Amino acid sequence: MSSTDIPPTKTIFVRKEMIGASAAPISTRGFFGWVRTRLFGSLFDAILTVIGLSIAGSIIWSVVDFAIVRAVWTGANGEVCRAEGSGACWPYVTAYWQQFLYGRYPAEERWRAIAVFFAFFGLLVPLAMPKVPFKFANTLAFLVGLPIFAYVMLCGGWFGLVPVETMRWGGLLVTMVVAVTGIVTSLPIGILFALGRRSQMPIVRMLSVVFIEFWRGVPMITVLFMAANMLPLFMPDGVDVDKLLRALIGVSIFTAAYLAETIRGGLQAIPKGQYEGAMALGLGYWKMMGLIVMPQALKMVIPGIVNSFISLFKDTTLVLIVSIFDLLGMIQSSRSDPEWAAPSTSTTGYLVAAAIFWIFCFGMSRYSQWMERRLATGHKR
Amino acid sequence: MTDTSLAPTGRTTPAAARDLAVEMIDVNKWYGDFHVLKAIDLEVKKGEKIVICGPSGSGKSTMIRCINRLEEHQAGRIIVDGIELTEDLKRIDEIRRDVGMVFQHFNLFPHLTILENCTLAPIWVKKLPKREADEIAMHYLRRVRIPEQANKYPGQLSGGQQQRVAIARSLCMSPKIMLFDEPTSALDPEMVKEVLDTMVGLANEGMTMLVVTHEMGFARQVADRVIFMDAGQIIESNEPNAFFANPQHERTKLFLSQILH
Repeated sequence: MSSTDIPPTKTIFVRKEMIGASAAPISTRGFFGWVRTRLFGSLFDAILTVIGLSIAGSIIWSVVDFAIVRAVWTGANGEVCRAEGSGACWPYVTAYWQQFLYGRYPAEERWRAIAVFFAFFGLLVPLAMPKVPFKFANTLAFLVGLPIFAYVMLCGGWFGLVPVETMRWGGLLVTMVVAVTGIVTSLPIGILFALGRRSQMPIVRMLSVVFIEFWRGVPMITVLFMAANMLPLFMPDGVDVDKLLRALIGVSIFTAAYLAETIRGGLQAIPKGQYEGAMALGLGYWKMMGLIVMPQALKMVIPGIVNSFISLFKDTTLVLIVSIFDLLGMIQSSRSDPEWAAPSTSTTGYLVAAAIFWIFCFGMSRYSQWMERRLATGHKR
Repeated sequence: MTDTSLAPTGRTTPAAARDLAVEMIDVNKWYGDFHVLKAIDLEVKKGEKIVICGPSGSGKSTMIRCINRLEEHQAGRIIVDGIELTEDLKRIDEIRRDVGMVFQHFNLFPHLTILENCTLAPIWVKKLPKREADEIAMHYLRRVRIPEQANKYPGQLSGGQQQRVAIARSLCMSPKIMLFDEPTSALDPEMVKEVLDTMVGLANEGMTMLVVTHEMGFARQVADRVIFMDAGQIIESNEPNAFFANPQHERTKLFLSQILH
């Protein structure tokens, strides 16, 4: 092959004009572009889209049909719901609604629970919105003021409030008390044990490993069962720790062990340079961890932390095993009431439980995703 | 091999403290069985600028990291600004407050803005009020010529800009000594100059500087002394003209022939 028959390639090139950026083709932009490329990109895609939509449609329709179209809306007892082909039995929910919320909390004292609900959401909502000022005071009120207020209000015994023992608490009230206390207490405990497991001090490290591995190694049901039934056997006579309190401690320690491992994962992802940068500036261990390492590590593991919180929220239903009647427990015990006995009663009750649990869990999930996006500063360019 | 029985006296005699910023006396360090620093003796006068070069793994980074105790030495004495480095955490913190460090990979805090990066240590370590810390930070950000980036996050800046922020962040603590650990090695070629210019400016103001770098132009322009290290020891130390024109040790000659084309 001689080079003479091939025309010489152009080796010298100098750009005369820079090319500006131009818009993407119209067919790939906007909603219709999205539908065309993602849903009906090819014949096969189109078939899958149609099949998928029809399955989703029929499921949604059957729920709507049961809960709204064929539903029974009013009635004094289960009689109305026993009719052939009737759907959800809403009068049953109306009749039991107060119990779903408060359990056997005395009716004339329920305003106290309502006050606590309002105080909780009244402090939580501004706390969750970054733009609202007075964050420090708000946090303090939420973490210190609220627990005291809730304790005094719910338990009673002070300021002329009638004492209400915890065995009478129930429904969403118990679910919220267990979940919120669990979430608020397990995070700091989890952080401490995550730090402990990475500590340079052998004894601290060993104790942390033992704690984490022990609590992760036993099922939640076992923890609750032991707390309720075995613990009193080991306690000296006359010492009686409240059953709900025992369940609370069990739940929060259990979750803390999981959180510790999640957070440790985040700590491991922080480059050594961050520690060195902080140390070189003269920051001590706690300031370095609190200001530099933990904020980054926690941000990174938000999905894992919220995962644990959501599963804690749903695991609160397990307190039923130690005969504490949370929301699901109340629904369980009310659906067998002969007065409301009907084919659809149970389904209706469970539908309500599912809806309430889903709203809370979905709320946490969405909030965490929003928080993640808001805190994403590191790697965006 | 080394005399570790020297009584830890804490502060050295006023005569020694008078004009020495850093004093390393027979310093040895091991990583496990690997002897990484061997009998290092080094005196750095106040206001002196020292460039340290050498092949990778020669211990030059380790040596300057011993000065602010990011690495621990196992034998010998290190006295920084009249304070001897010991196990005492208080003294270590005291020294770190006076010794600034700039890293190869900047080590800015990605979750904080540029301004917050600069004010963090003044506020939390020096306990300055936020307003004063902000003023100091803006002063130094102007000096490294990026005050307009103050409210951005490190991830939004170029490498050269990030390294200049890192320098400003250190300066906010008004350090007496600055350590630079290969400050330009991770930068794109176009950004090396802006960082070196900042460092030259700092040198001209009389800062005591220990710089690990292979920027020989910088060494010629700024250094009072160039130190060549290999295999954990100081091989040659000389003022820059003589060091480059007339290296004495065979290893130094070989090294310079490799890097000066």
